[in-house]
Amino acid sequence: MNAPQESRNDPGLSRERTWLAWSRTLLVAAGVAVLTARLAATERDLLNVALALAGWTALFTVAFRRYRSRRAGPGPALPLFALFTVGYAALGTLLVLNR
Amino acid sequence: MRGVLGAIRRWFDPEEVRRVGTTPDYRYSLANERTFLAWIRTGLALVAGGLATAQFLPPLPITHLREVISVALLLLGGAVAVRAVDRWARTERAMRLGRDLPASRFPALLAILVGLGAALLVVTVLVQAFE
Repeated sequence: MNAPQESRNDPGLSRERTWLAWSRTLLVAAGVAVLTARLAATERDLLNVALALAGWTALFTVAFRRYRSRRAGPGPALPLFALFTVGYAALGTLLVLNR
Repeated sequence: MRGVLGAIRRWFDPEEVRRVGTTPDYRYSLANERTFLAWIRTGLALVAGGLATAQFLPPLPITHLREVISVALLLLGGAVAVRAVDRWARTERAMRLGRDLPASRFPALLAILVGLGAALLVVTVLVQAFE
């Protein structure tokens, strides 16, 4: 890649790469939210449709706050994101089992 | 039990992680964060697979096999997400203390589980085709 001299000081690159990883993750999460909402919609379960879509909005807020914080440490963003993933898994399990 | 609760507290409290050792180069911390995000995407993909199985797969010849596959994928996705946070916290701690990174059997276990699941599905499809 670059010369060592150049790769040793990358004031913004790491941060930018991390934000790109966050946005990829948000995209995948959007797919999961839509699939969950669709599963709930086939059961006419409007509450869970709203919950699935609101969950993605919350994830976006978490990711965006992480990006804006300008700190090396991610704060509570990581466990929150994992918690929401578990939440989608649990909601999906409930919806599948209650069909 | 105390150990588990302490680990969960460390996940949510960044200052707790920060209390030990010295701060490593921020690029390593960010790389650790990206590894966590890659694992979360793996977990989300498993959850998406479970949701898609339940909605788009026609019912399989064995009763409830579709639901079993779907729930197994969903639970596996949730487990991957929880494990991703734990792994992130432990890696961060190891970097701060200058220790070796924690070893893990989890990737091998996940690969075997996914492989077995795929093999099971191939058998199901073949049985269905020759019936």
